[in-house]
Amino acid sequence: MFERVFKFFSSLRLTVVCLALAVVLVFLGTLAQVNEGLYLAQSRWFRSFFIWWEPAGAGFKVPVFPAGYLIGGVLLLNLIAAHLKRFKLTWKKAGINITHAGIILLLAGQLATDMLSRETQVHFSEGETKNYAESSGRNELVFLTDAADPKQDEVVSIPESLVKNQGEIRSDKLPFTVRVKEYHINAALRPRGPMVDKGPPPASNGFGAGLVMTPAPETRSTDERNMPSAILELIGPQGSLGTWLVSTIMSQPQEFNLGNKIWRMAFRWQREYLPYSIQLLKTTHDVYPGTDIPKNYQSRVRIENPARGENREVDIYMNNPLRYQGLTYYQYQMPLQEGEGERPWSVLQVVRNPSWLTPYIGCIMVGGGMMIQFLMHLVGFISKRRTA
Amino acid sequence: MKRWLPWVIVAVFAAWVVGSLRVPPEKNWAYDQFGRLPVVANGRTQPFDSLARNTLLQLREKQTANLEPWKDWNEKPRIISATEWLLGVMIKPELADTWPVFRIDNPDLKGLLDLPADPDKAKHLDGKHYSWQQIQPKLSDLERETVRAGKIDNSKRGPYDQALIKLWNNQTIYNRLKYTLGPAGSGDLDARMTAYLTKVEAGRNAFMARREGKDFDSAALGWFSDQFETPLIVPVEKDAAHPQWARVAESVIPAANSGATPGFALQAYNRISKAFLNDNPAEFNAAVADYQNQLAGKFDRELKKSAQEQYFNHIEPFYKAMILFLGALLFVLAYWFKPKQWEWMRVTAVGLVGLALVVHTAGLIFRMYLEGRPPVTNLYSSAIFIGWGATVLGLILERFWRNSIGAMVSSIIGFTTLIIAHHLALTGDTMEMMRAVLDTNFWLATHVVVVTLGYASTFVAGILAVIFIVQGLFTRALTPELAKSLNRMIYGIICFATLFSFVGTVLGGIWADQSWGRFWGWDPKENGALIIVLWNALVLHARWGGLVRERGLANMAIVGNIVTSWSWFGVNMLGIGLHSYGFTSAAFTWLMTFVTSQIILVVLGCLPKTMWLSFREPAAQESQGGRSSAGKPATAAT
Repeated sequence: MFERVFKFFSSLRLTVVCLALAVVLVFLGTLAQVNEGLYLAQSRWFRSFFIWWEPAGAGFKVPVFPAGYLIGGVLLLNLIAAHLKRFKLTWKKAGINITHAGIILLLAGQLATDMLSRETQVHFSEGETKNYAESSGRNELVFLTDAADPKQDEVVSIPESLVKNQGEIRSDKLPFTVRVKEYHINAALRPRGPMVDKGPPPASNGFGAGLVMTPAPETRSTDERNMPSAILELIGPQGSLGTWLVSTIMSQPQEFNLGNKIWRMAFRWQREYLPYSIQLLKTTHDVYPGTDIPKNYQSRVRIENPARGENREVDIYMNNPLRYQGLTYYQYQMPLQEGEGERPWSVLQVVRNPSWLTPYIGCIMVGGGMMIQFLMHLVGFISKRRTA
Repeated sequence: MKRWLPWVIVAVFAAWVVGSLRVPPEKNWAYDQFGRLPVVANGRTQPFDSLARNTLLQLREKQTANLEPWKDWNEKPRIISATEWLLGVMIKPELADTWPVFRIDNPDLKGLLDLPADPDKAKHLDGKHYSWQQIQPKLSDLERETVRAGKIDNSKRGPYDQALIKLWNNQTIYNRLKYTLGPAGSGDLDARMTAYLTKVEAGRNAFMARREGKDFDSAALGWFSDQFETPLIVPVEKDAAHPQWARVAESVIPAANSGATPGFALQAYNRISKAFLNDNPAEFNAAVADYQNQLAGKFDRELKKSAQEQYFNHIEPFYKAMILFLGALLFVLAYWFKPKQWEWMRVTAVGLVGLALVVHTAGLIFRMYLEGRPPVTNLYSSAIFIGWGATVLGLILERFWRNSIGAMVSSIIGFTTLIIAHHLALTGDTMEMMRAVLDTNFWLATHVVVVTLGYASTFVAGILAVIFIVQGLFTRALTPELAKSLNRMIYGIICFATLFSFVGTVLGGIWADQSWGRFWGWDPKENGALIIVLWNALVLHARWGGLVRERGLANMAIVGNIVTSWSWFGVNMLGIGLHSYGFTSAAFTWLMTFVTSQIILVVLGCLPKTMWLSFREPAAQESQGGRSSAGKPATAAT
């Protein structure tokens, strides 16, 4: 039994079948991006084990095609099994062995990246200092109170997925219960018109009392971001405190009192706090003469890290990221200044990817291995022709 | 005789190339001297000659202006150089408006603009080219329809919508060029200055009024903003190390405010314009020469750059290489009729491919020098470079096998890619500046070059396979020996294609990791490259596993053509992702035609061996005696 399984997984036919399936998958997954958008297509076609198909109105799903993880996984097994079976430490095989080891490293490295890497962003205008980065896709509902240190806040963070479930949220750290009455994955806000909007406001307290909320369709575009909104009722020991509208569009905190404490709440882009601060000193946005074609974006920032006694300035620009304490800062966006009074701002992409080096090593191994293999072939072929 | 005939033929072609390197002296007007003057357009310093040629390419798909397109070539229509046309547009706009330089092919668009669609020599019509005078009366209809078409998503626009947008852009470019010289274009700078500044003031008032939400004069505002969209012709001596250039409006308005007189450049263009208007070539030539002398010293770098680029435009290396490839291809095809007797034709073809490679390489290096960039910076230069890489590979194959196959591959791919490049150049300046993230010579030189070599070698393997199937199926030329050597070539080339496409693709990922921290983003262009890698790996493993033999390998290599063309062009047509460039439906039709042809070839390749002419019985005997020259290093035919 084991022998048969091993034979199956180490066969060259399996390699060919997997490669063929991969070609089809990548092709279809690329076409799917036209309708599904990059992110959805990515998770449906590449970051899953099967492509599922739901017959219209059936209510169940059938797997119709192997997806990225399955094909990649089987290829990886196939590669390892084939080497266990045929591995020979000879010069003649050196090229092939190095190549395949490099491919194993690449596949494993990408799997690790998929699981471990986090992408966040720092948005700031010139002069501003930040000690946190914000997620580009996730949001959080937070409740804040003053901590013992007056410079700091106690933060209770509730991930968006819990808000999405629309039930009651309780926590030991909160002296009240949060009841989610409404949740929209994407919504627009506008001020209430005195004559036009006659219905009740979406919330009784906070800025929600003066606004109108309109649910919007979920966006799949890579250039836009969903702006979720929710209506919350807070229930204290003495009963309901009222309802509030929270939205990532208006992420400044709303205050309320409970007991002798002032609480603040906000629905905002999920933050990841840094053990140091980063200040935007100067932005540079160069264009080619007489055009709007961007030539370079550059942010000069100051990093202040009291733990390491560090206080230094550094330039981050296109193709020249800053690698610092396990994070990499990339110049991401920098609009041309439009209004005259507006301070120029910049967005840095912040990536934590412990396996970022694997493609570099993998590429050298595969490239080098193939070079060795093919050059040996070529030299053999040429010398054979010479003597012929 | 046949021993030296090939070299005579190659020498004749070489003489043609060398002879055309010389710039013929100008008899009357020094238009070439004017065309050499530097100007900043599209974000870079270039000669007026390039600006004029690129604009004409966009307007009428040619680098010259044919003022009498209704005449056949033997009736000697009046054709003027791009520079002369540009001078007309800038200095004699009323005259230039009567020149039929707008090419319009779409019948619906002709209908909209009420343009006569049928050629009529008596009325000076060819049914394709129209003057601004003919288009202008229906400008408001054109504008209305363009606004409508502009609202449609790019990928959903029909041919008519695309034609509308193209014509609208072209007329904008054309009409803005008229403002290039500003008041100096009149030849009477001092007298016109007051009127010009009055218009500027009106435009500025309209601008302020619009900002404050009041009623404004839209015509005045349109004229005003057009003044800030012209090429930059005025050199500014602010800082000797970094000379700057300004538009006429940008230099005239502050000067007028401070009461200064216009700078030497404006005076020079005024003098040039005056001479041009007065039909005085001697004065024109003197004015151009004086201006060049005034620029010398402080603006030597720009002068040199524009003179070099103008010379590059003049020698047209890629056009010449294209002709040479075509010549080589004809000789190879003729050779195949009598491979035994006509060995000299093969030698001629190889010689012509070699000459084409010299010209092609020189052009490539010249272009790299002008741009200060590695060879591939955009789709246009990728076509040029694929042709170059395939030619080199083909010549290497020819060096080993000496059976014309390498020469054939070189000439087919060289010719085709240069045709493709020619059509890609119709969108305008091919030396455009690189947007921020692409502005890195290191990654352009590594990732882009290697990936493009991967494309080139996959195409070489694919074309070898096409030769295998066409020769095997339709001729008796595919001897077992030739079949074997073709197979070895396909196999060897696919090995290198795998290497190049793999390394190139991973380098692209590393570049992405360097620029935004994402090694792999499943972007369409990345996926396209990945498919090439996967396909090549699949072919190699199928062969190693004995799943395919000669014909199977050939068929798979042809599928490689489809995969590569999809990655090269197809993904750009999806209209998504970082690598998407705007595209025309014509390119899509061509891609589909190519893909269909390749599928037909694969189907043919799958036909049973008994239907292959080369594998039928009578060939067996012949192949041992008569046709050895096709398979072995040929020595007998001399």
